[in-house]
Amino acid sequence: MQWRNIIYQYDGSFDGLLCCVFESYTQKERPTAITCDEDACLFEIRSVVTVPEHAARISRSLRKLSPDVLPLLRRVFLTHLPDKELAIYRFIVKLYREGAPYLTRLSDDAYQPLLRAARQLATEVEHLRGFLRFSVYDGVLGAEIEPKNRVLPLLRSHFCERCRNESFFIYDRTHHEALLYSGGRSHIVPLDDFRLAPPDEEEAAYRKLWKRFYDTIAIRERENPRGRMTKMPKRYWSTMTEFQPENDVGCGDGQIVHDKHGFKNAASPAASPARGAPGARSAPAIRPESAPPAPA
Amino acid sequence: MELLDKLTILSDAAKYDAACTSSGARRGFKEGMIGCTSSSIVGCCHTFSADGRCVTLLKVLMSNDCSYDCTYCVNRRSNDTPRATFTPRELCELTIGFYRRNYIEGLFLSSAVLGSPDRTTEQMVVTLRLLREEYRFNGYIHAKAIPGTSPELVTALGLLADRLSVNIELPSEASLRKLAPNKTKAAILAPMGQIRDQEAESKAELVKYRSAPRFAPAGQATQLIVGATGESDRHILHLTESLYGRYRLRRVFYSAYVPVVENTLLPALDTKPPLLREHRLYQADWLLRFYGFRAGELLDEDQPDFDPRLDPKCCWALRHPEFFPVEVNRADYETLLRVPGMGVVSARRILVARRTGPLHADDLKKLGVVMKRAQYFLTCSGQLATPLRLSYAGVLASLLAVERAALPVGVQGEQLSLFE
Ligand code: SF4
Repeated sequence: MQWRNIIYQYDGSFDGLLCCVFESYTQKERPTAITCDEDACLFEIRSVVTVPEHAARISRSLRKLSPDVLPLLRRVFLTHLPDKELAIYRFIVKLYREGAPYLTRLSDDAYQPLLRAARQLATEVEHLRGFLRFSVYDGVLGAEIEPKNRVLPLLRSHFCERCRNESFFIYDRTHHEALLYSGGRSHIVPLDDFRLAPPDEEEAAYRKLWKRFYDTIAIRERENPRGRMTKMPKRYWSTMTEFQPENDVGCGDGQIVHDKHGFKNAASPAASPARGAPGARSAPAIRPESAPPAPA
Repeated sequence: MELLDKLTILSDAAKYDAACTSSGARRGFKEGMIGCTSSSIVGCCHTFSADGRCVTLLKVLMSNDCSYDCTYCVNRRSNDTPRATFTPRELCELTIGFYRRNYIEGLFLSSAVLGSPDRTTEQMVVTLRLLREEYRFNGYIHAKAIPGTSPELVTALGLLADRLSVNIELPSEASLRKLAPNKTKAAILAPMGQIRDQEAESKAELVKYRSAPRFAPAGQATQLIVGATGESDRHILHLTESLYGRYRLRRVFYSAYVPVVENTLLPALDTKPPLLREHRLYQADWLLRFYGFRAGELLDEDQPDFDPRLDPKCCWALRHPEFFPVEVNRADYETLLRVPGMGVVSARRILVARRTGPLHADDLKKLGVVMKRAQYFLTCSGQLATPLRLSYAGVLASLLAVERAALPVGVQGEQLSLFE
């Protein structure tokens, strides 16, 4: 059959993306791009409305082929794979065409990039489980991260279990969203701007103790900076306590966004959703005032 | 003394211990307690120190004020070094404070011998009990059982800790006699046997009653120092194999000896730690645990030490041409695992991928096989992955080149002359 070329615009949600797949089959079209940008270009654009039943039909058909497909695609959707929407779309089309056996063709060109992206996401999640650093503010734990992928949904269960009796928040500087947890309930909310408060005395003391431990535990005769860098890439260092200068073990200075009721304060933007639904393309993540340079 | 200074002295004294992993224990959240042991099997690296080693636990000595005089150790009685001892409360505060901030998964508590093994272990038990009961700490604890401790105290320790370890340190009785006069092989093996038996008992009890007390649920580990004394790799690897077999150890750690003492019985102070040798031993250890190899296959009387230039699996493959080439489309899992360049993950992927149809050489790379190594040992549907058959010498030369480039940073600088 003859497929028409067109660009789809969707709402940035995973269900929205499934609706694009639905649309393409009902309209017999092949999208050349799938985007949530408002201002696209010269080509014909169709705005695809997210209809839950349409998404559910696609989900069902995928689940029938294998129970593992949807979870995989959901994870790929959180990655920063270039044109991930189109990649996911192409994968689904191929899967429909070839059926379940396609899922064993791990090295296929439409499949392997997805697997790789999902693997990289898993690695980043694994890294951040370890490299994330909380600060304690009046009993509330707060952290900032700068991940490449949208990791908060995948960090959620780990930290909720680890810190079950605590209240905590984790702010994702790259994607401008925060994971909030208190009293057994967690939420992920968009949050435009946020900076951690400077440490109080006890917090500063713990940072200093940790830094000292970190510096002492290395064996000089085995020094291996490149080995360390491969296992713990430098991009994580900007939010790690042990790499902040001694006299400024705080992560920011001045402007206190967080106050005594920091948790509530951080949560407030949830009431009035900030720019971009979760899943929207990440905005540039440059916030020069934070993240003092890590020592070389 | 300030807490910061104590921490400095007591983490400095603990840093030569290689074990820093929280793997092997799964304990979910408990109401009213702080933390849980991570659900990930590999254990969670919270940072890497400047020497590239994973840091998972707050690794400290309770005290470095030792009554023994082991020649190779910085804490020995006769050494002039600052001494410190944590109070139980200080250790608890540190552990909790670090744990909440996500710096660590738990505590690795070891100690020098404070008066006697029993007195030391008593203090450790007091600390861990305080940490578990008053501070409600539910994270990971790895505790050292000191050789010579009475069985009741080892039991008490095992009921509080996730993992216990008794360090063998010197891999033979002769070396122990020479360098650690206060320790004997029997004193080391006794608690190891006890821990093995009580761990098994506790497992059996747990099957019957869910609330049965858990004894060291993550099992036991030990450490061997490599390069302080003259044992061969073969000796060390056989010892390892019997520790995994007879004593059901979960891990054996190897620690390249870093000279800290001037003594005629020990390597000179300017000796570099044998990192490459340590690396080869870890690779071989891996082959024993996950690849179905036996120590006797990897080394024998004619070849008691690893060729430092090649990884142990390549060495084995080169000595067993009759085993190769392996046909990827038919070979079973165990056979695939013996191919150099093939890992557990890539072998499993091959099993899945070949169900849809025969694999070709270019698929293998995408499945994660390191073809630079594997190409000489594989066929794909009868085709050699590398069309021309190379001679033994040719294969060896190519593998050496690959290996040299692939050595982990850190051991690269060492003994490169070997490759020349
Ligand atoms: S007993 Fe332990 S701490 Fe004491 S000198 Fe011997 S090895 Fe060192």
